[in-house]
Amino acid sequence: MRYLYYPGCSPTTSNKAYDLSARAVGRALGVELVELDDWNCCGATAYMSVRELSSFVISSRNLALAERQGGGDLVTVCSACLTVLNKASRYMAENEDLRRAVSEALATVGLQYSGGIWARHLLDVLVHDVGLESIAEKAVNRLGGLRVAAYYGCQVSRPYGTFDDREFPVSMDRLFSHLGAEVVDFPLKAKCCGGMLVSTNEGIALRLIRDLFACAVENGAQVIATVCPLCHINLEAYQGKINKRFKANYSLPIVYFTQLVGVALGLSRRELGLGMELVPTERVLAGYKLAEP
Amino acid sequence: MATAITRKDLSGLGEVFLRHVQDIPGGEKIKLCIQCGTCSGSCPTSYAMDYTPREIIAALRAGQLAKVLESNTVWLCASCYYCTVRCPSGIKLTDIMYELKRLGIEYGLYVRGGMTPVLYTTFLNIVDRYGRNFETELLARLFLRTDPLKLLGTAPLGLRLLRRRRLPLLPERVRGRNDLAKMLQHVREREAA
Repeated sequence: MRYLYYPGCSPTTSNKAYDLSARAVGRALGVELVELDDWNCCGATAYMSVRELSSFVISSRNLALAERQGGGDLVTVCSACLTVLNKASRYMAENEDLRRAVSEALATVGLQYSGGIWARHLLDVLVHDVGLESIAEKAVNRLGGLRVAAYYGCQVSRPYGTFDDREFPVSMDRLFSHLGAEVVDFPLKAKCCGGMLVSTNEGIALRLIRDLFACAVENGAQVIATVCPLCHINLEAYQGKINKRFKANYSLPIVYFTQLVGVALGLSRRELGLGMELVPTERVLAGYKLAEP
Repeated sequence: MATAITRKDLSGLGEVFLRHVQDIPGGEKIKLCIQCGTCSGSCPTSYAMDYTPREIIAALRAGQLAKVLESNTVWLCASCYYCTVRCPSGIKLTDIMYELKRLGIEYGLYVRGGMTPVLYTTFLNIVDRYGRNFETELLARLFLRTDPLKLLGTAPLGLRLLRRRRLPLLPERVRGRNDLAKMLQHVREREAA
């Protein structure tokens, strides 16, 4: 299986272990992720909050590059990139004026986008293209005894719900269950982590993150798995502040879903970027045999 | 048209808003609001808003756009899209919030001291220059411009990330930066025309 791969800004810098582990898991499962050459920022929620047409234009440069580089699905590990790229593709398909305006801008640099390219989350690809059985067959470690809260957050399934339920997604739960983990009940799994509000309205974001921890811990989670770099950093970086503000005592390791799949596949700590996390994972992952680097 | 709207004379703003909302695919559905409050009940931050999402639609329909823009509501929208997927009338409220953010920034109508408009405009400036986001510079400039003490408060987290090779000190740049600039210049000229 071969896909164009859109890594995104955050997974290649502050969430580097996400990109590393995504590529490593792809290699191990026969999913060839070919990086989209010279991709640019999708614009995230910020760009479209300031300039609308420009935000569609910069998103669409990626779609046009994908078309030039062979087309097909554009795989990403970031929920925001997923939604923003698909929003651009979808709105251009639905609005003739927008399509014309974006096409004119692309044409100034010799690019064109004819439509029909869709972003897909790597979780979608693993669960629906590779398949749960086939991943489980390749696993060398059963994740038995590991109590995981599968946290989806918002934009992996909202607004478009391209591969999972918009209110109560289950694909990651099933993935980890197939790998032997004990996936805990987590009613808040698709609730908001606060996103960028953590930088601008900290108190509000901290309260949302606290609620997620309270729910996960009450249901017995030892670790929370994420599918979005922004969710990930919000969960891992503010535990100290939450403990202080809410007189709590949370110290929960946060892993990218790809890292946990990689552990089941027995990949090395280095390939999975383990050791770069802010809350150590050594204790919860101690029982699994991983390849030497 | 854009220059005719000032803080003192906002009479043209409602028209601009309606025109832009009509451009959103499905945007005309804003007329179908039944004031059921599903949006407010689904919103993770409505408890902290001056006006809840339902009240925002009511205020817009009552011609109170300026009041809406000067409230904290639009800046507390985290783009979780719950309101959008749950609205029984199919109103894309998240997109309407984006439009309100854009108008607020364009005409300088937002809560004084709010950090989000600064975050967004700084983000644009960075992406326009490098073609990629550069989080280190984004947060440094955000806090320097709004609350320098917070920059100090962020230092411990910065150090923890730095030690784990997660705080880049230099931006990643795309080769097609000039292409990006050219396309954005084209958009600006088109919008000015």
